[in-house]
Amino acid sequence: MDMAKLSKADVTHVARLAKLDLTDTEINKFLPQLSQILEHVGELGKVDTTDLTPTSQTAGLTNVLREDEVKPSSIDQNGALSGTNKTHNGYFKVDAILTERSDK
Amino acid sequence: MKNTLIPIIGLEVHIELATKTKLFCTCSADHFSKKPNTQVCPICMGLPGALPYTNYEAVISTIKFGLAMGSTINLFSKFDRKHYFYPDLPKSYQISQYDLPFCVGGNFAGKRIRRVHLEEDTGKLVHETIDGVKSSLIDFNRSSVPLMEMVTEPDFHDIESIISFLKDVQLIVRYLGISNADMEKGSMRLEANISLANSEQVIANKLPNYRVELKNINSFKFLEKAASVEIKRQTEALEKGEELVQETRGYNEVKQSTFSQRSKADAHDYRYFPEADLPPIELSELIIKNLQLTIPELPEQKRVRFEKEYELSKDFANILVSDLDRANYFEEALRQAQSKFGQGATLSARTIADLMINRKLDQEFPEPAGLVKKIIELTSVAYSSNEEVENAVKSVLIENEKAVSDYQTGNGNVIGFLIGMTQKKLQGKGNPQIVREKLLEGIQK
Amino acid sequence: MKIPLTIKETQDGLIKKEFSAVQLVDAYLERIKKYNEEYNIFLTTSDEIAYSKAKKFNDLDQYTEEFFKENPLAGVVVGYKDIFLTKGIRTTAGSKVLESYIPPYSATSVSRIENAGAIPIGKLNCDAWAHGSSGENSDFGPTKNPWNKEYVPGGSSSGSGAALAANMSLITTGTDTCGSIRLPANYCFSVAIKPTYGAVSRYGVIAMASSLDTVGPIGRTVEDVETVFNVIKGEDGYDGTVVNSKFEIRNSKLRVGIPKEFFTEGIDPEVEKTITLGIEVLKKEGIEFKEVALPSTKYAIDVYYVIQPAEVSSNLGRFDGIRYGNGRDSFGDEAKRRIMLGTYVLSAGYYDAYYLKAMKVRSKIISEVDKVFDEVDALIAPVAPTPPFKLGDKVSDPLTMYLTDVYAATANLCGIPSLALPSGFSKQGLPLGFQLMGSRFSEPALFELGKLYHKAIDYVPKVAF
Repeated sequence: MDMAKLSKADVTHVARLAKLDLTDTEINKFLPQLSQILEHVGELGKVDTTDLTPTSQTAGLTNVLREDEVKPSSIDQNGALSGTNKTHNGYFKVDAILTERSDK
Repeated sequence: MKNTLIPIIGLEVHIELATKTKLFCTCSADHFSKKPNTQVCPICMGLPGALPYTNYEAVISTIKFGLAMGSTINLFSKFDRKHYFYPDLPKSYQISQYDLPFCVGGNFAGKRIRRVHLEEDTGKLVHETIDGVKSSLIDFNRSSVPLMEMVTEPDFHDIESIISFLKDVQLIVRYLGISNADMEKGSMRLEANISLANSEQVIANKLPNYRVELKNINSFKFLEKAASVEIKRQTEALEKGEELVQETRGYNEVKQSTFSQRSKADAHDYRYFPEADLPPIELSELIIKNLQLTIPELPEQKRVRFEKEYELSKDFANILVSDLDRANYFEEALRQAQSKFGQGATLSARTIADLMINRKLDQEFPEPAGLVKKIIELTSVAYSSNEEVENAVKSVLIENEKAVSDYQTGNGNVIGFLIGMTQKKLQGKGNPQIVREKLLEGIQK
Repeated sequence: MKIPLTIKETQDGLIKKEFSAVQLVDAYLERIKKYNEEYNIFLTTSDEIAYSKAKKFNDLDQYTEEFFKENPLAGVVVGYKDIFLTKGIRTTAGSKVLESYIPPYSATSVSRIENAGAIPIGKLNCDAWAHGSSGENSDFGPTKNPWNKEYVPGGSSSGSGAALAANMSLITTGTDTCGSIRLPANYCFSVAIKPTYGAVSRYGVIAMASSLDTVGPIGRTVEDVETVFNVIKGEDGYDGTVVNSKFEIRNSKLRVGIPKEFFTEGIDPEVEKTITLGIEVLKKEGIEFKEVALPSTKYAIDVYYVIQPAEVSSNLGRFDGIRYGNGRDSFGDEAKRRIMLGTYVLSAGYYDAYYLKAMKVRSKIISEVDKVFDEVDALIAPVAPTPPFKLGDKVSDPLTMYLTDVYAATANLCGIPSLALPSGFSKQGLPLGFQLMGSRFSEPALFELGKLYHKAIDYVPKVAF
């Protein structure tokens, strides 16, 4: 597997996807660090994984489901809003969102 | 020769499940018109440290719906995280299903279903100007309410068939009792992917190389207007030789036209990966079979049965079936009428149906018993009981001694008068034969 | 007063009325006030709550044995790593993003510890978001190792290890995603258990990597760690990955494997020596040892540094400054690095090559380890390649810091438990120890081995000053 070398554009792209506002200096700082790490972990490309299924969970459980019964919440409206003072009449308030969501 | 352009339309339908609790927490899912952020907890608010825990009922409802759509139920399915940033998405990822949804494939009302999966809803955004500043307000009451998402194949070629399909889907979920699928209340939402193909493409079974996504369709009227406007726009463009691109468009009601909504390419990199906090779902053929058995009689079956068993016309059957409450009312009224008076089902059935549909008497009488009573009045098919006749006869004989003695002295015609007096007492409900019998009995004594 | 160093000593003292719970709180807070600025161990102390809880014990006429059975942590002063949510008490995750955050609910483990009678003394410094192996990634300054303040205490539960060494708490809590409980215990001369994934609820603990995170206690003896573990373990109706397992010891005669891949070059000779000595001690106690091979574990660190950042990038998405905390600009460098790394390996075009690949290699490692547990009941290994290193030694190069985790990663990838045991001190007077890993839910066997080992070496709990 041929891993393309990490470019400045890659870092910029990824930062945007992750909603991190990076300065040019930061991008230049992170680029070699990330490249080095990716090169190291890229060694995994050499491992033979034919016929192996991926593991995303080690708990080994299935069908962990709960009853459809309402339980009182541990927080009321005050508790819900307590993390910030950018609120208004019980709502969280942000500057007007002008863009449509990228999905429903 | 002009190349006729045929609309190729596929649908993405979201249906809010009417479970008591949300999908991943035990907050009430009944969020409509509640005070903001009063039905929330650390989980649906995406507070640090919170973890999801799946609602059994939501899973079962989705599987039942898939079965009703003729889908194959995956024996192994899981949840995945779908990442994007938006203020009403508290974790900045939505727990949804990616490559192993509960239901795959299917066929309903002649249209192919691609998949049905389960995911959590987002919070709600309201836009307001506060102290002169344009702001957006966020309410998380709706966050994590269970949503079923159904994707169809692009099998629709006109708007009427879409509307009829959706109405059928609405009916199915109401019959299953899993949702009300109310477009006005937002418990059914629609997106349509519209493109046009020319007859060559259609014959070659080739899909057009672009698709326009029409979003936020919140009523059938909106669908009609927006979709026809968009089809017209695409038709004109293609006829002019313009190329059409993959994009999302909204509908401007004032201008009565669709407009492009910017959607950057990278906005769709959702970086799906399996949700590690939720163990996957493993089903067996036996479980699925048992679930199939719990599915009640569905609209199509009921239609057929109503036509056959009650000899109702297609129209009558349709009207009753299209509202489960009315269909149930109808059968209950019939049951009551039959138990009381043992009349032939056929006659009563058609009568009851007629009274409900043409005279809307089920609206006047919220309880079937009331309607049955009215039928008696109108059709006079229900006679007074024997005891009632005997009591009436008794009173009439006491009150009309002269007539009785006239009859006894040979004036046979007086019986008519006495029958009339008896019927009056019975409000005309006396069975003529029994009234005559009882009178003669009474006179003889 | 002389602060007792174990739960038993503490509770015996309370029963005999040698001291009161309030006096205990006085003593701990006094030490914190005296030394915290120098060692930077606590970020927040909860004086009021500690006193109000302690006073409840003063009011009990007699502390009966029955009482301690029902309240196994009665009178026990506890410090929580600052990624455990504590209702009404500031919780920062070691990050400027949450520097003023006061959570409206508490973690399950916190509630259970407090319901068992513990006295919460405060919130402990840690690498921001648990990203780190030394404590140097805390946005509030690094914690210093009480054994020698020029050295790191290990991370990411840096304050949790240091608090015990500095005698500022009786027990502490931490999380272990790749050694973050084991390393501070190892570097601070304490005992800790990284439990089986799925043994202890993660609800209310700020998530780092959802398929790797575990929640565990640090204490000065195996008994103490076992006591706290038994209090916090088990289903809670909130964490869907937890089961009430039947923890059992499968064999009466325990066999321990020595995985040769964990003793390759790069391991410090003193670290290797302390383990060799440990093996001799346990052999004399009748424990069987055999060499085993786990060839795929050489990939463990790479698998970890693909899966963990991916899950981190996902779990840190919720910190957008809207409902709580400061905006994403307040993330430190290490957090930003891991978020970007994770976003990259999950992004379109790279998912298969990195994340999916890593998940498959993970399966390979797991099946190898599972097989080995058919032959042995536990595995002995170093916790880190070296004894504690100096502050500043590894900060300039993230990759060098990541390689500290090389022996820790396997347990997290496999979801197996590991017990970190202190064994002695290096020539420089810095703590040494090792870890014992077991199969899933084999904590009882590990505790037995730990107790056996400590008895054999006449282990005595120690504090640095």
